[in-house]
Amino acid sequence: MFQAEKKFINTEKIAYWVFLVLGVMNVGFVLMICVYLLLAGSPAIVKIGPLDFLFGTQWASTAAQPKFGILPFILTSVYGTIGAIIIGLPLGFFSAVYLAKMCPKKVRMVVEPVVDLLAGIPSVVYGFIGMLVLVPAIREIFGLPDGSGLLAAIIVLAIMILPSIIKVSVTAIEAVPEEYTLGSLALGANKVETIFRVVVPAARSGISAAVVLGVGRAIGEAMAVMMVAGNAANMPYSIFESVRFLTTAVASEMSYSSGLQREALFSIALVLFAFIMIINAILNMLLKKGIKR
Amino acid sequence: MSISSTKRKIYKTTMLTLSNVCMAITVALVFFLVIYIFVKSIPYFTWELVSTSPSYLNDTIGVLPDIMNTIYIIFAALLMVLPMGVGTAIYLNEYSNRPRVEKVIEYCIETLAGIPSIIYGLVGMLVFCQFMGLQTSLLAGALTLMIMNLPTIIRTTQESLKTVPQSYREGAFGLGAAKWRVIRTVVLPSCIDGIVTGCILAVGRMMGESAALLFTAGFAHNLNGFFDAMNSAGATLTVALYVYAKEQGQFEVAFVIAAILMFMSLAINITASVLARRIQRRKEA
Repeated sequence: MFQAEKKFINTEKIAYWVFLVLGVMNVGFVLMICVYLLLAGSPAIVKIGPLDFLFGTQWASTAAQPKFGILPFILTSVYGTIGAIIIGLPLGFFSAVYLAKMCPKKVRMVVEPVVDLLAGIPSVVYGFIGMLVLVPAIREIFGLPDGSGLLAAIIVLAIMILPSIIKVSVTAIEAVPEEYTLGSLALGANKVETIFRVVVPAARSGISAAVVLGVGRAIGEAMAVMMVAGNAANMPYSIFESVRFLTTAVASEMSYSSGLQREALFSIALVLFAFIMIINAILNMLLKKGIKR
Repeated sequence: MSISSTKRKIYKTTMLTLSNVCMAITVALVFFLVIYIFVKSIPYFTWELVSTSPSYLNDTIGVLPDIMNTIYIIFAALLMVLPMGVGTAIYLNEYSNRPRVEKVIEYCIETLAGIPSIIYGLVGMLVFCQFMGLQTSLLAGALTLMIMNLPTIIRTTQESLKTVPQSYREGAFGLGAAKWRVIRTVVLPSCIDGIVTGCILAVGRMMGESAALLFTAGFAHNLNGFFDAMNSAGATLTVALYVYAKEQGQFEVAFVIAAILMFMSLAINITASVLARRIQRRKEA
């Protein structure tokens, strides 16, 4: 009896500690990622000089006189993300409003899985279709020698962030209390006015969270962009320019890099990581604000 | 009065049309993607292509090794991520009595969910391939995928742990069972479908992942058994699609791989939504 009780207490204690350790391991993984990126990424920044690295407009990593300026990649990533939001946000926002407020239940049963599928398609498949459909189309329409470039990447990214924007916006719109709608309808506003002038403003913080989530997705996407953006280290002076994003700059040279070039690639990853951490912090803030209200 | 009412009418019609048109565009886009891939790939489907390895001697290409690698890597990563993820969720929902620890863990999970896959790939290469000496291998790839998919498993498990009525736990405690026993015999069995949903979502993400595997799992197309494959480099379907389409210009093979991937994501999506609907029904009941 006594023995059995002791064993019983032991199992309970072991279980508690096992689960605590499993939980804390998540923290360990995040620390591991931060530490390794800092260790691998900072030496090159110091060697090249932070200003030359961040604001240099030329990237020529394999030249006799190598230049490591990543401003073209930073600007491309920023422009690409902004472009994707400009196209993707209206499309996603109106789709979300339709899904959450206007559509019959039966239609929703069909359309929602369709939107989910958009999230489930692997990014290389987007890149592949972009390569075969979008790039030739851009070449034909604008009469260019090569259609791959910033514009193609923006369109692919806009499609890829659609499901995140739609899902988060739908959740935000649905979280608005029914009383708001009823009050507005009682005051004589019609259904559409109620949706766009009362419900949507009330769901503001959730919808901005959707945008920020989309920004995070777009800035971190590598493979699809790599297949359609052309991959030359140009400054993004026009939307038809063949460009490299922060992500594709890392991916395209990693396999054959060495020495300072390799270290610089890790530094690019560190810059990308910094961007992502800022975006995550904003996202968290917005989500918390949404919950509090 | 009449001017403002025309204005209202215009506003109403514009907004309604915009919403309808945008939704239609989105849906049309999905149908276009699916149909385009399936229709274009049908002519290239041959039994030889999906059942053999690539051979330089016969100058043939086969995607069987890539299919097997994908299955191996998903299996291995799932095997590791399940105990970790479910364990973390159990700690957060059932055990945690220190709000500060809980907050830190939650924050870390959110961070993990936001990190782009290319960064996972780089860190996976540094830690697993170089520091731990695994070289470029499916095992290193599976470990990377494990960390990436922790948030998915943790979130879905937490969601379904929340749906288990508190009275179940109280009843079991009242019968004299201790915590771990309650979790093992009462809580976990009643949220098994939530965990399964999490697994399916994770499988979908692992299947579609490519950037993280480029530098950790490599490009080789060799047909191996499970344990040999774990120790050697191998391309998954997504990585193979990238290589065939972008670097070798083999569009026929790329189409077939894209169709396989598309079919798998369709299957995964349908399964996940059927399961989710079942859980929803139980929640309402």
